[in-house]
Amino acid sequence: MRRQLFGNQRALRGFFLLMLALICIIALGHGEPVFGIDGGVTNIFKPLAQPAQEIKETSFLVLAVCAVIFVVVAGLLLYGLIRFRHRAGDDGSEPPQVYGSNQIELAWTVLPVLIVFVLILVTSRTIADIQDRKPPQGTLQTTIVGHQWWWEIRYPGLNIVTANELHVPASDGRGPRPTFLKLQSADVAHSFWVPQLAGKTDLIPNRENLMWIEPTKPGTYLGNCAEYCGTQHARMLIRVVVHSSDEFDRWVTEQQKNASVATNADEGRKAFFANSCVNCHTIRGTSAQGKFGPDLTHLMSREMLAAGVVPNTPDNLRRWVRDPQKIKVGCLMPNMQLTDQEVDHITAYLQTLK
Amino acid sequence: MATQEITIPVDRALGSSFVDRLHGLVVTVDHKKLGLMYIGTALGFLVVAGLMAVAIRLQLIIPNNTFLEPDVFNRFFTMHGTSMVFLVGMPIIAGFGNYLVPLMIGTRDMAFPRLNAFGYWMFLFGGLLLYFSYLGSPGLAGHGSAPDVGWFAYAPLTSRAFSRGTSTDYWILSLMLTSIGSTVSAINIIATIIALRCPGMKLMRMPLLVWLMLVTNFMILLALPGLSGAQIMLLIDRYLGAHFFDTQAGGSAVIWQHFFWIFGHPEVYILMIPAFACLSEIVPVFSRKPIFGYPIMVGATAMIGLISMSVWAHHMFTVGMTSVGNTFFAISTFLVGIPTGIKIFNWLGTMYGGKIRFDVPMLFCIGFLFQFLIAGLTGVMLAVAPFNWQLTDSYFVVAHFHYTLVGAFLFGIFAGFYYWYPKAVGRMLDRRLGLWHFWLFAIGFHLTFDTEHFAGLLGMPRRIFTYDAGRGWDTLNLIATVGALVQATAVLLLAINIVRSVKKGDPAGNDPWDAWTLEWSTTSPPPDYNFATIPTVRSRRPLWDLKHPEDPDWKYE
Amino acid sequence: MINEASLPLAFEPGDWTLPSPRKAAIVSLILTETTLFSIFVAAYLFYIGKSLTGPTPREVLETPIIPTICLLSSSVTIMLAERALRRENRGRFQLWWLITILLAAAFIGATAIEWHRLITVHHLTISTNLFGTTFYSLVGLHATHVIVGMCLLTLVLVFSLRGLVTPLQHERIQMVSWYWHFVDAIWVIVFTVVYVIGR
Repeated sequence: MRRQLFGNQRALRGFFLLMLALICIIALGHGEPVFGIDGGVTNIFKPLAQPAQEIKETSFLVLAVCAVIFVVVAGLLLYGLIRFRHRAGDDGSEPPQVYGSNQIELAWTVLPVLIVFVLILVTSRTIADIQDRKPPQGTLQTTIVGHQWWWEIRYPGLNIVTANELHVPASDGRGPRPTFLKLQSADVAHSFWVPQLAGKTDLIPNRENLMWIEPTKPGTYLGNCAEYCGTQHARMLIRVVVHSSDEFDRWVTEQQKNASVATNADEGRKAFFANSCVNCHTIRGTSAQGKFGPDLTHLMSREMLAAGVVPNTPDNLRRWVRDPQKIKVGCLMPNMQLTDQEVDHITAYLQTLK
Repeated sequence: MATQEITIPVDRALGSSFVDRLHGLVVTVDHKKLGLMYIGTALGFLVVAGLMAVAIRLQLIIPNNTFLEPDVFNRFFTMHGTSMVFLVGMPIIAGFGNYLVPLMIGTRDMAFPRLNAFGYWMFLFGGLLLYFSYLGSPGLAGHGSAPDVGWFAYAPLTSRAFSRGTSTDYWILSLMLTSIGSTVSAINIIATIIALRCPGMKLMRMPLLVWLMLVTNFMILLALPGLSGAQIMLLIDRYLGAHFFDTQAGGSAVIWQHFFWIFGHPEVYILMIPAFACLSEIVPVFSRKPIFGYPIMVGATAMIGLISMSVWAHHMFTVGMTSVGNTFFAISTFLVGIPTGIKIFNWLGTMYGGKIRFDVPMLFCIGFLFQFLIAGLTGVMLAVAPFNWQLTDSYFVVAHFHYTLVGAFLFGIFAGFYYWYPKAVGRMLDRRLGLWHFWLFAIGFHLTFDTEHFAGLLGMPRRIFTYDAGRGWDTLNLIATVGALVQATAVLLLAINIVRSVKKGDPAGNDPWDAWTLEWSTTSPPPDYNFATIPTVRSRRPLWDLKHPEDPDWKYE
Repeated sequence: MINEASLPLAFEPGDWTLPSPRKAAIVSLILTETTLFSIFVAAYLFYIGKSLTGPTPREVLETPIIPTICLLSSSVTIMLAERALRRENRGRFQLWWLITILLAAAFIGATAIEWHRLITVHHLTISTNLFGTTFYSLVGLHATHVIVGMCLLTLVLVFSLRGLVTPLQHERIQMVSWYWHFVDAIWVIVFTVVYVIGR
């Protein structure tokens, strides 16, 4: 029964080379690396805030328990396979036919029950700690509204509306400054996940969910939408920018201002208001009060465009205005069929919205 | 092994044309033919859905890849998931059940042979309807084509407003058809097990596979209506303007999730328990000892079936349930892990003190044990709700469920495949190809799914068609894709093995593995009537009793 | 080919009787259908009081006493028919069986009249509000099962009129009647949920 697998070994080698070539052909991607805390690596085991920290501690305990179970059981498996393997010179008799053992079976039932008991205690404690926390006095309240495929960010108490980048203060020496987030959705289900700050919580239409974060280290934290929400689910990134207390207060003051009225952007302003941009976008202090798309009042204060797809550079902005579908195909801003001149003017105008 | 004249049955196809043979399959009500048709069709869908997985992995091999458009990618992962669960998993277990149960309980056919055929054809038409969506569904402005809402189709993404065209309707209707097939198959298997056992075969003397099929099929009866009910509601929403999941009218998107997972969680146990069944038949034979703790194995499986009906919202820990709700479902999920863990220990106990033979079926069982252990432990991690808040909807949970569905379920099914193929076909599968299949598949499996755990820990969400460089996911995805290609190669080897062994495999004889249950007492393949005379049994291992008259089981049971 | 497993053993298993496969199948069917109804009942209960607009149950529902009596009596008449069959009284069997069908038809007719009133007078449709959605789907699901039952009953009547139903088939007839009893039992639940709790 010694048949060869393939006609010859060369065919086998050729097959693997073909696979490799296939990979190389397909792999024609590119990309600019993303910047942020830890260079954009969002390790859930490198939390820099509560509740991610408490989650990590609970997780490590659970991991330890599971690791021990794994080592013991896998060890028993390996040992059994080696010790009780059929040996070459065996006489062909059947081994003793054992049907079971009540004591052994009791023991290996009781042990898991005890482990489960411990896990229940740990889990319920952590759940209560995180979910049942009440917002302390004067805490920062924000509302996040999920859209297909961007994040609307509102600060109700501060009269600020922005998009895709949530700015919060850090809890530095002056005491805890948690931020509470009310999560809503304007269309389908989304999920807010910034791994180094907290676990994820869903945004579901006709339902308001609550979560909180308490970061300690200033920086930009990356996250993704974590509930499949349609075509561009993959490109619905979130950035949480954590400031020191003073910086945050400065940011708030800037954001609360209405849109700046630069004098050298008249043509762009006219073009913006002549086209249907105002149907979707709000620019505070002007007659543009559209609610469908992101608020553009302080567009240039944002790091990225289109919910983290491309950096906010003049070039990218122009490309977006000319044809958003080229950058984020399927997104809900259509190609507005603008002339080159309109594109230039509008881009120039948008660049004044600092 | 008793010495007997082995005659390979005359190839029934000799003298009949291809059309005649095809006609034979179309009109058959024989449980054996239908069982093989279920399995064969399922393997076909396995290849198609597997190729989709390879395409998905090729798109994700590097950041910002442009191999697949976002919409194409989204359809692929939807179709991959839907196909694997409903068009591969469910028919394979129906195939194993329909083929093996009558043989193992010593009867001639199922209780309702025509119902059996009806179930198969409903499944096939459902599967074809799902894939027809690629052709039949494209509509205005390019909307339509295959479903792209994910295999669990959360509301309100599936509403008319967000799923234009008819792609979602294809998802609904095709699965309704396959559900009818699964339901009638379940009714048939239950009736057969209850009513057609051969004399002497009390319930506690049935082979464990039969017991586990009984539990599985009861679970099918109780779980499938969750999906069907929700799908009827979705259909009414989409076509009659109803508001079940219409959040604008006060409806709830979360109630879809509840109904879906009330089906969805028992569903994964429905898939797993038949794989447990294969283990429970194969491990004893290749350890040369009876299963350790038969009554507990029955009891533990019944407990799994029962408790699994109460854990569903562990898929919804991030939906915003109260802390009490989250705690309840965490507890119930921990509890279902206990009988599951016990089964692993019982299999270990079967091997201990035995003389383990490392034939291909046993190798797949060993792979199962190792991988199911890991899958169970990552399951425990996911049951810890706060940990779940980080891990769910990421590649960690993708790795977990592929560990259970591929590493455990598929390995168990492959074990059963290598074990019973000789019985069904009359020839052995090639051992060398089998070893290549096993090792390549195991290596590829671990390359892909071990690394995906880490991608999840590093914050990679699931169902994304691309990702940026610099997130720490690049190398992990590259390795995972290589693993997928290795797995594909392994499955190709399996296909080659199946096709070559039909004509050229070594003749199997009645009982190539020296086993102990009734199916090994008849010819390979069995005659249409299964047994010349209906056997009478006195213990759980009737063939052991016959082979060892000085030391029969019935003295000790 | 010797079938070794069929060699006679020293021990006689004695009387080997197992439940009937038909009974097992019908019970399984009833189990799965009950679960399906539970899903719709759960949705109904969940959405009580949650409609944003439109007519409320209290405003438009009239307790269907007569149809309920018709349907529940049909469970009695079907039992009388079965008894007649066992006593080989074909005529009486067909009579009670026909009455069962007519009572079911009365139930469906009354449901149709009620729905007509709700739609034309109160403008309550399946798309009006959550109450409309859950009401029509739950009651409609039940009515569908009644209609399927009526088809089965009519089929049996036709077979009987052609002389094909004898006491030998009593178990098959019994399985149809078990399905019918299930439909009636579900009505008790639907009635309670919609006309008692839901109001």
